[in-house]
Amino acid sequence: MQQILNFVLKNKTFLLFLLLLSISLALTIQSHSYHRSKFVNSANNITGGIYGAFHSISQYFDLKQENEKLANENKRLRASLFNMRQNASNSKIDTIQRFNVYKAHVYKNSYTLSNNVLTLNKGKTDSIDEDFGVITTSGIVGIIDNVSNNYSTAISILSKKTRINAKLKKSNHIGSLVWDGKSPNYTLLKDVSKFANVAIGDTIVTGGQSSIFPKDIGIGTVAQLETDPGGDTYTINVKLFNDMTNLGTVYIVENLDRTEIFNLQKQSNE
Amino acid sequence: MNSFFGIHIWRFLVLLLVQVGICNHINFMGYINPYIYIIFILLFPINNNRQVFLIVSFLLGMLIDIFSDSGGVHAAASLVLAYSRPLILKSSFGLMYDYQSVKFSHSDFGSLFTYVIIATILHHMVLFTLEVFNLSLILLILKKVVFSSIFTCILSLIILILFSKGKR
Repeated sequence: MQQILNFVLKNKTFLLFLLLLSISLALTIQSHSYHRSKFVNSANNITGGIYGAFHSISQYFDLKQENEKLANENKRLRASLFNMRQNASNSKIDTIQRFNVYKAHVYKNSYTLSNNVLTLNKGKTDSIDEDFGVITTSGIVGIIDNVSNNYSTAISILSKKTRINAKLKKSNHIGSLVWDGKSPNYTLLKDVSKFANVAIGDTIVTGGQSSIFPKDIGIGTVAQLETDPGGDTYTINVKLFNDMTNLGTVYIVENLDRTEIFNLQKQSNE
Repeated sequence: MNSFFGIHIWRFLVLLLVQVGICNHINFMGYINPYIYIIFILLFPINNNRQVFLIVSFLLGMLIDIFSDSGGVHAAASLVLAYSRPLILKSSFGLMYDYQSVKFSHSDFGSLFTYVIIATILHHMVLFTLEVFNLSLILLILKKVVFSSIFTCILSLIILILFSKGKR
């Protein structure tokens, strides 16, 4: 006993170093798996408040661009509104999906790490919860991961943790969207069937198989095609519609049928 | 004694805020960021208790991690740097360290330069290895280490020289 005590006292610096190192390594390993970064995240009042203070200054720098984006979206929505009125009589509704949309500001955005996370200024008090989708006017951004009372964090699509169901707009062939960590402007669409008739410049949209995003939200265009070593599938390099390096206002999308779909899938898996 | 602690607390807070508010968003050439918060670890008083030094460095790294949602990578890197600082001091300041008489504001530029460079490279090596967490991407890791180290070194040396002039 005496010897053990002596050993501890003699090496207390080294032992403290080992203890703290193992804590930080454990947190690091945890942060590399999906939905595990529960303890260390920026969805809390202190970091949110400080980022809010920085945001209140920096938001003035890109007011012009934000205005331009909004005007463009208004134009697009107005055009589709007029066209819908004309077509309303002869169009039929095949699926009814119900979604709630919330508006949020991006307080923090990163795109240089290997797992990028956004901090948004909406939280539980604004009825935001885990697994809501985050989109902008031009395309998808990420998925809500952690929520506190007033703030939330979202895993960006520029992260190795996300796999998002996506499809080719013209032929409905599906694949999963992953990021290789190389450029914030490109992601990969993997496992697309060889039967799909893909050409450079085709549009990729969300697939509607996931219960997070609505169907047909834009993602990007095909920039490059590669056949996998197996020879049966393509890996497509997708150029994103969104400029992930410059996000101002985003929309959070809630699928109101999510729990129902989730429960059904759980039942049939059992 | 009071103002002595005051300086370190202020330095801790100011570097933390500058890091998370400004330096994390520079993204020079797309991905290069300076990590200037290590100045706090570099300038921590040498004669002080090593356990306190380790805990404070860990805490600083942890806070940066909380702000940037990066798990524990900054905490681990800061901790490794803090633990191996005596070795770095010895190799860059030599005899002066043996006599416990290193004064950062009075030391010659060469020693300070070596000290900052070795410390930065060590810190960034641990940081990016854990951040990427995939040894098959070793080229990406090395690229990030080299470019970020250059940026951090230049910025840290400028800050160190600018803020030490007044005290001479």
